[in-house]
Amino acid sequence: MAHPNLTSSVIFGLGWLYLILCLMNSFWAMAQLKKQKHFKVWDIFGGMEVPSATTWFAYSLFLGLVSFAHFSGSGSPDRFMLSLPEFFKDSVDSILADPRVYFALTVGGFALMIWLREWWTKPTVAWILLNMSILFLALSMTDWDFRQIVGKPDNVPIVGMLFLLGFFTWIYFSRAVDNDRRMAQGLPIRERENNESVLVWPDLVYPELICMIVLTVILVAWGIGLPAPLEEPANIAKTPNPSKAPWYFLGLQEMLVYYDPWLAGVVFPSVILGGLMALPYIDFNKSGNGYYTFNERSFAVSTFLFGFFPLWVALIVLGTFLRGPNWNFFGIYEFWDVHKLEALNNKNLSEIVWDDMLGVGRPVAEAGASFASQSVTILIRESVGLIFVFLYLAALPPLMAATGYFRKYYNRMGFIRFMVFTNLILLMAALPIKMLLRWVLNLKYIVAIPEWFFNI
Amino acid sequence: MSIGDYIRDSQIWKSIFRHPAPHDRRNRIVVVLTNFFLHLHPVSVKQQGIALSYTWCMGGVTFFLFLVETITGVLLMFYYRPTLEWAFNDILALRDVSTLGIMREIHRWGAHAMVIAVWLHMYRVFLTGSYKPPREFNWVVGVILLVLTLLLSFTGYLLPWDQLAVWAITVGSNMARATPFLGYEGPGAQLLNIGGYDLITSGSDARFLLLGSRFVGEATLNRFYILHCVAIPLVVALLIAIHFWRIRKDGGISQPL
Ligand code: HEM
Repeated sequence: MAHPNLTSSVIFGLGWLYLILCLMNSFWAMAQLKKQKHFKVWDIFGGMEVPSATTWFAYSLFLGLVSFAHFSGSGSPDRFMLSLPEFFKDSVDSILADPRVYFALTVGGFALMIWLREWWTKPTVAWILLNMSILFLALSMTDWDFRQIVGKPDNVPIVGMLFLLGFFTWIYFSRAVDNDRRMAQGLPIRERENNESVLVWPDLVYPELICMIVLTVILVAWGIGLPAPLEEPANIAKTPNPSKAPWYFLGLQEMLVYYDPWLAGVVFPSVILGGLMALPYIDFNKSGNGYYTFNERSFAVSTFLFGFFPLWVALIVLGTFLRGPNWNFFGIYEFWDVHKLEALNNKNLSEIVWDDMLGVGRPVAEAGASFASQSVTILIRESVGLIFVFLYLAALPPLMAATGYFRKYYNRMGFIRFMVFTNLILLMAALPIKMLLRWVLNLKYIVAIPEWFFNI
Repeated sequence: MSIGDYIRDSQIWKSIFRHPAPHDRRNRIVVVLTNFFLHLHPVSVKQQGIALSYTWCMGGVTFFLFLVETITGVLLMFYYRPTLEWAFNDILALRDVSTLGIMREIHRWGAHAMVIAVWLHMYRVFLTGSYKPPREFNWVVGVILLVLTLLLSFTGYLLPWDQLAVWAITVGSNMARATPFLGYEGPGAQLLNIGGYDLITSGSDARFLLLGSRFVGEATLNRFYILHCVAIPLVVALLIAIHFWRIRKDGGISQPL
């Protein structure tokens, strides 16, 4: 096979990964032993109390054996057995290789993260989740296509970032859950406990020094282990397929699927930055300043996290790992085939209205008509979409102020603040709304005026 | 007298550090007050405010990475010429003739790490509600720093002048073409014409301003080089100074009220 799933160096490298995982879990087992943790076996199996450490030691031992098998088997990759079976990869790809499923999964994951926060922040649960994600990565690395894309030098930091994000999100939610519980019981929050003043020398400068040394070591090791990429010399005549922006802009590039460049590349980024800058001036909630909490600012945190996870990080992951040639969607184990075809039969709203619903065809200006009369024809042609957009941005905010959930916000924010706030929320919602319209109605543009480069 | 004491007793040492070793409370205070670098800090801080699980140290990490990038960047500049003739070859030489060893690697991975660290820092500041009064303005300064960090990374991405570089910048800068009014394929640009002459053309629009030409070429390389090595770092350094100064003025790391 031209693209071997397993090679000696891959197997050897995975041996190290399993060894590290084995050591991590041995330490974890040791900690469980110290804490004398027990869990109860299900009643049908006798219902006895078993020390948790036993299970973890057994698991670590198993990982150690797996690691050993990798080291000793790395010589003969053809006969090595431990890799993801093809049917598993195929079924994952056939389900996952679809932006709809992907988006549904990220939104669902986001909802579960908030809803089940008391459960998944428990140390044991979080530890199991970490183990699962590392095992997933390790097993997936046995696939050639997966390695091609995840192992690309510039993509390695993204994998690291995902683990860091998971870790820090865990810190946030576990501290927030803890504080929320304390507040419910009338106890002082954690940030107020043991909060004496200490001298900066040595209590701050030493940790800073250690931090700098650790970072230097990490950077040096990373620099030795992973050479910086350098491809062929620049050639304006040879466009790579796919052409991708740097990874931190791939969320924006992914938006191009749904919105034209003037929105996805200019207006939305400006709105994101303007919105971030406006945040301290529209969040009127005084509580939750200087400590971790979820319950006291559930709306602000959920909104921010929604913008950050499903709409930013998940789109970067999508743009980097799952978009291949011609910006087609590929499964994580799928070969990036340049000839993969995707049916494109999207329609503009004006076509749906004039052609399909009214059956009269879209109005067209006569040849040689004046600019003014052409403009009127265009505006009539796109009137339905224009009215929709106008209602969405101009009529919804007053409606939200007058009724429903946001009414109390209006009373506290005042007119200007509320208008800024609602428009930011609506613009943020504009992305998932357009996604849904695309998937449900095959809608291309709500307003389509290519004559003026004005497509929405 | 031990050698350490001998050094600390010398006139040279005393002229630099105007106090004895920070072994007792008094001198631990004095060291922070009198040292140029340390006096960024207050003398004392709240224990929970500097707890690693509270600040994640990510602002500090970002700052440290900025310093790393500055140092490695200056070293790289000695070996790099931003011209079509040399840019790619100089990078090639950095790899093949190992004058600077892994300097390019550290600079590149440090840049990725800085982007990630700045996001995590913002994430933490948000989650602790530290943008709330009185720290609103410092959050705004932070958002500008975030943009500049991304622009630093973006402008640097072009410099190796390989396929990865030019096409990433081409894709990224194509957006500017669609800027409303100011891009020649942006909505409203047609309105800006005087007596039938378009003001906004592919030779005068926002993208041209960014690239210095109609496509990613030598003018772009020069422009991005200066932005990357001089202009943006200077602004970032200034804003970091303001950012740090404001942290102190706003009452130090945020605390429950
Ligand atoms: C080059 C980029 C940046 C550097 C070097 C930097 C550095 C720092 C440092 C060292 C601190 C001290 C506390 C800590 O480490 O968490 C801090 C605090 C702060 N930063 Fe940044 N920062 C940067 C970007 C940002 C961004 C992007 C934001 C937000 C959008 C931000 C907002 C703040 C705020 C509000 C504080 C005060 C937090 C508090 O009192 O708890 N900074 N920054």
